[in-house]
Amino acid sequence: MSHGAAITAVTLVAVATTVAGSRGLRRARSTGDFYVAARAVTPRWNAAAIGGEYLSAASYLGIAGLILAYGYDVLWYPVCYTAGYLVLLALVAAPLRRSGAYTLPDFAEIRLDSRAVRRAASVLVVLIGWLYLVPQLQGAGLTLATQTGAPSWLGGLIVCGVVIVAVAAGGMRSITFVQALQFWLKFAALLIPAFVLLAVWQHRDDGVAHGYPTAPRDATVQIGSATTVRVPVAESLEMHGVVDGVSTVGATRLTAGQHRLGAGTRVVLHRGDVIPVVTSLPAQRNESWIRPLGSGQDHPLYATLSLILAICLGTMGLPHVLVRFYTNPDGRDTRRTTLVVIGLLSSFYLLPTLFGGFGRVYAPDLLLTGDTDATALLLPERMLPGLPGVLLGALVTAGAFAAFLSTASGLTVSVAGVLSQDMLRRARDRPRAQRIRSFRLSAIVAIAVPYLFSLPSGHLGLAAVVGLAFAVAAATFCPLLVLGIWWPRLTAAGTLAGLAAGGVLAISAVLVTIVGGDADGWWGALLAQPAAWAVPITFIVMIAVSLATRRRVPAGVGRVMVRLHAPESLIAELRYADRSSS
Amino acid sequence: MTSEPLRRVRITHPRTEAARRAPIRPASREIEEQTALGEVYMGSLIRSQRRLGVIVCGLVAALLGGIAVFGALATNLDRMHLFGLPVPWLVLAIGIYPLLIAIAIYTVRQAERNERGFIELVRRPNQPIDPAPPTSERHDRDVSLS
Repeated sequence: MSHGAAITAVTLVAVATTVAGSRGLRRARSTGDFYVAARAVTPRWNAAAIGGEYLSAASYLGIAGLILAYGYDVLWYPVCYTAGYLVLLALVAAPLRRSGAYTLPDFAEIRLDSRAVRRAASVLVVLIGWLYLVPQLQGAGLTLATQTGAPSWLGGLIVCGVVIVAVAAGGMRSITFVQALQFWLKFAALLIPAFVLLAVWQHRDDGVAHGYPTAPRDATVQIGSATTVRVPVAESLEMHGVVDGVSTVGATRLTAGQHRLGAGTRVVLHRGDVIPVVTSLPAQRNESWIRPLGSGQDHPLYATLSLILAICLGTMGLPHVLVRFYTNPDGRDTRRTTLVVIGLLSSFYLLPTLFGGFGRVYAPDLLLTGDTDATALLLPERMLPGLPGVLLGALVTAGAFAAFLSTASGLTVSVAGVLSQDMLRRARDRPRAQRIRSFRLSAIVAIAVPYLFSLPSGHLGLAAVVGLAFAVAAATFCPLLVLGIWWPRLTAAGTLAGLAAGGVLAISAVLVTIVGGDADGWWGALLAQPAAWAVPITFIVMIAVSLATRRRVPAGVGRVMVRLHAPESLIAELRYADRSSS
Repeated sequence: MTSEPLRRVRITHPRTEAARRAPIRPASREIEEQTALGEVYMGSLIRSQRRLGVIVCGLVAALLGGIAVFGALATNLDRMHLFGLPVPWLVLAIGIYPLLIAIAIYTVRQAERNERGFIELVRRPNQPIDPAPPTSERHDRDVSLS
């Protein structure tokens, strides 16, 4: 029955998205239509649409999972996801809208009048987009596997299919309305269960106990592939399978420390058993889980500060965020929209924290498998037995799929647009039919590549991978945007050098972290959180090379600066004066 | 300027048509035509907006960085409870969001005020702002935007 409800929920969301996406074809045929239609869009709708696109698998599922595993330190993720929009509001929002750029490469070309910078920006948009898409697709696979027992590759494939159909049919992003509804669906899908679970919790009056997390009730955990777990205290656990190379059935005495569990081992946890924790997650007492910097990382203060920097500065560089600002009629409305976005995010992000906290109390056995991203999905059934729990679980699942679909389609459209425009040789010069075909092909490439990368399952956690995408965006697009908007002496050569330096440094740090796993000590900390050193380096390189090539400041920079900063009402007046005088 | 040769100066009665058509131009024209004067106007707007950006980013950095560093220093803060929650959780999970919204409201208001002030400044159409003949100063890039 539980499977049936979840399958129905996923099907409903998928079908609704496809239908809405294909109907969009009639509404919006080109960016021009999109633009004109946008004049009727109020900041409130626009803000909900931005929220709809922004709240991804990482926000919806990942944060709750990370809070269960790491505790207090993860609270920085939602705070910075919100504060990132504040930085964007203060530095970028209005000028970017006034530039008239539709994508980041557009902005680079308008500001610096250079095809080479445009190319570099395009490559980075594709890389960041893919880095962001991988966890979305992994999250979809995990959600479907958790809720219906389907193989883990299926969920991602469904998302790919729906996104390709919707994007090929009409570019679902063009419909502000659909994205706005997706936001409210996601919000309601967490808010309603949150209220119910709060009531249940009040009724039971369970708190976060002292010591290591223990099983709240009897539960059987199936280990998929062979894993190493850390047992915090010596104890006897009921296990069926292979432990440390010895086959065991029934109660097994385990010493404190690491133990290897063979594939297919069943661990039967009894109420009160201390839960073994997979080695990729910290095994910490609840006391340090509650404490700031208690998540057991190396150099936690550095990691926290660098994460804050990465997310706050990376938000402005995400490919699917910028495009939404284009739907605002002018710079002033763009600011107001951003303000509403900050309000919406502030209310939404109260919820994943709540789920994460409940997860520590009611679903700590997820620490054994490491599938903590499933926390929000499993909690309703854990806390509320019977049909109500199943229905609430299905509601959370529906919201999760809305999150994957909206973010994945937004990213796919952004990446596909860049692929077809900039990679497939001057698509603009070709006839319309060919152009559309090349866009559709690009859309397939744009989502198929990250799907392939999402298949080998890593245990880095959704929000952690997304954090790396933010770090790359912060080390490349943030300096480009900030200097481009506020510093007239930026040159194309300086920008290229900065993008190359920041891109290479941040991406190699990310690759080492994803592929090589956790290194220890300062090296590991620096590589896992590259923003704190990569962002300043990029700024310094951009400024230094620009000053060295100061003779090559683009000729029209004064005019571009006027366009970026002058209020639209004044520009309109100037145009009018121009026409009447000539 | 003192070594400049004497120029022929047209002297008119202040109440005639000619006086009113003197080369006095609204500042918006200066901006449109990229004159040095226009750049000064634009530069003042950009500077005020940039100052706002720096202030807001400073506020955000002080707020977030302050909480992070304070959390690292005050190690026994987590034992204090308020409304049933440890104080650090209350601050970072709930309390910080109204502050972020407040800073955002301040940013929007201040940015719009800067723009209104700028528009008022350049809209005053027939005020002699620069008595020098404007044609001679076009494309003079001495006054840079920065």
